[in-house]
Amino acid sequence: MLSNSVKRLFVRQIKSSIRTTSVRSLSAADDVTILTKPSENIKGDYDVIIAGGGMVGCTLACAMAKDSILSNLKVLLLEGGPDKEYKWKPEYSNRVVALNQNTKALMTSLDVWKRVEKMRLQPVRYMQVWDASSDAMISFSSSELLDDDVAYIVENDILLHAVNTELTSTDNNVKIVYDAKIAGYQLPKQDNSTVKSYVQMSNGDTYTCQLLIGADGANSAVRRAMGVQYLSWNYDQMGVVATLNLAEEYTNTTAWQRWIPTGPIAILPLDSKRSSLVWSTWQDHAKQLLKLPEDQFVDALNDALWKQYPRSGSVETVTSFVSSWLRRAGLPDGAARQLPPSIRSISPNSRAAFPLAFGHSTRYIAPGVVLIGDAAHRVHPLAGQGVNLGFGDVADLTKFLSNAMYSGLDITHTDWMSKYESTRQRHNVPTQVMIEMLHRLYTVDLMPVVLARSVGVQITNALQPLKKMILSHAAT
Amino acid sequence: MSLWKLNKCIFDKSKTVVSSKVPQPGSKLSLRRNQTEVQNPPIGQSFNKDSTIDAADVKFFSQRMKEWWNPNGEFRLLHSMNLIRVPFVRDGLVSATKKDLHPLRDKKILDVGCGGGILSEGLARLGAAVTGIDASKELIEIAEHHKHVDPKIAENKPKYIHSTVEDHAKSTSNFYDGIVASEVIEHVNNQELFVKSCVHALKPGGRIFFTTPNRTRWSQFFVIFFAENVLKTIPQGAHQYEKFITPNELTFLLERNNCHVELTYGVTLNPVTGQWDFSQFQHLMYAIQAVKLS
Repeated sequence: MLSNSVKRLFVRQIKSSIRTTSVRSLSAADDVTILTKPSENIKGDYDVIIAGGGMVGCTLACAMAKDSILSNLKVLLLEGGPDKEYKWKPEYSNRVVALNQNTKALMTSLDVWKRVEKMRLQPVRYMQVWDASSDAMISFSSSELLDDDVAYIVENDILLHAVNTELTSTDNNVKIVYDAKIAGYQLPKQDNSTVKSYVQMSNGDTYTCQLLIGADGANSAVRRAMGVQYLSWNYDQMGVVATLNLAEEYTNTTAWQRWIPTGPIAILPLDSKRSSLVWSTWQDHAKQLLKLPEDQFVDALNDALWKQYPRSGSVETVTSFVSSWLRRAGLPDGAARQLPPSIRSISPNSRAAFPLAFGHSTRYIAPGVVLIGDAAHRVHPLAGQGVNLGFGDVADLTKFLSNAMYSGLDITHTDWMSKYESTRQRHNVPTQVMIEMLHRLYTVDLMPVVLARSVGVQITNALQPLKKMILSHAAT
Repeated sequence: MSLWKLNKCIFDKSKTVVSSKVPQPGSKLSLRRNQTEVQNPPIGQSFNKDSTIDAADVKFFSQRMKEWWNPNGEFRLLHSMNLIRVPFVRDGLVSATKKDLHPLRDKKILDVGCGGGILSEGLARLGAAVTGIDASKELIEIAEHHKHVDPKIAENKPKYIHSTVEDHAKSTSNFYDGIVASEVIEHVNNQELFVKSCVHALKPGGRIFFTTPNRTRWSQFFVIFFAENVLKTIPQGAHQYEKFITPNELTFLLERNNCHVELTYGVTLNPVTGQWDFSQFQHLMYAIQAVKLS
């Protein structure tokens, strides 16, 4: 009921925004076709096929190998990329993720976490988010949150490698096919456990399975084959990433985020001397930033972090008024703030950019098919939640499927599948809506909007229980 | 207005029947049953105090042969109820320390009043050696026929016997690890003999499970009137209010037969999602788990 009303609200918001933003329709299949007649060349029959061997898909395969019940299933993991040898490098990769406590718990239960710890990770103990258009700021520190770290910054490569190593270190029920180019899918039309899904490869091989799991990312071909509604739009923004060398060495456990009128700039700690950058900005600007010589890029970045943006006098008046009242009430007024680091240089050739978009699949399930990760939902990276939502999908899917099998149900039984869908949507959709609202709130530079968000942030920052609530939602 | 009349009419009819909610030790519990049968001869035409069979009920369910195995048909609530009663029986018989696919392996279970075998097959899927008995020859035939359909139980098909529990218990004293009577005791005559026979077939230390509607105004309205006439989720005429038994009465019967009641849950159906759930609310339906003392 609740999720339905949230969904309705969400759809309404989307409908109104469709007029202003470009909507990319993915309903027509581009390169992957929906098979009408699968080829007879059946290469193998599996209980479960996971399409997509990214971080989320691999983690699911690993979870299926570790669970005492799911390890009875015959699982095939199809990965489009090659089986490349991973080499640990002293330089940091420019693609990093912020993992929350829930993801840490999942990775610990899969014995992946200790592998990550052995390689490289940086805990975030303090987080400061501030607005360039006013004095408002909000901070989260680990001492507020059950004495645990706010998040962990891990390179994508390292996490994927750790999961893969754990997955392949033992003889198990998961078979991995690399360089898997999928030509098309044929999915069961109605709910009938005897009908299988067909996965046709471009080399003519066909695999069959009872349960197909789409972990194939935002452009999911499985989702297209399901024929579900997918709401999506581009932000016309890109995330510019780079590995930064700091001007001074210090205990670097703070995540910084400054909202400037073009979008948020996030500086995520890697070690005492280095941080990782995610700079979300308009597409033209992002392309411009990529073309700049490296020293000029560093100047532009420091500028964006330190520059005083023109401020409205009325916003100043109101925010200082609110601070004085907060001070009198004995609440934190946000004046005590840390200063962000200065950037000395960037690691050579570490700059890159990726497009930012929003996506929501109205259904996560169809008869015999389940979507997880970015295939089901895609968010702006401003809150560092995207991959954590995907790992949450993995944890819940494993739990529900394992429970269903322990009760003697078929692996495509609608009961566990609809539980998975409603549980995940109840968590993911509100998170997506919050992130979307923040994005909209901060890409405007209109005085009343700046005023409203600044006062809102000031008050939120002062109210410890509210902050705890935000953090605990982000941690699950 | 009409609803009120109807309720009043039901109330008046049943007022004469229920004299005491909790039977006193030594009193004959089946007295209440006898009175009912005398007052309403059409239900208990074949009433016999040495038998648990209610011929009218047996006939009622036998006539609905084809419907049994349609998961969306007349008995869909029994199918969806498997989602909670299979785990209920499983968790009563094994602890969940190490989960595997066949947790009930090596467990001998008797499904009393198995009907078309919906619950028997659900338990067989977990590895249990299930024996299903039912008073209806036709239903046993349906169950026999259907047990070859599911490949998941090809290695472990339930055994079905056309028998009453009192006859079956004669040859199988102290035999089963678990006895299940799900949605059955409200259909039998002589509930005292029924419980006694069930417990007789159970090993000391074995567990016995019941799920059944309570005898309250709640269940009279929702389980009988509302479900049969308005929602039509239960076939009309499936239940008679007078035959319902309360948790107290059933606990009393079990404890008099050397059992200790370990758990009593309320069982509720979410009308929106159609999902069953255990809850604190025992006024509609409930589930009881008891252990046989040595």
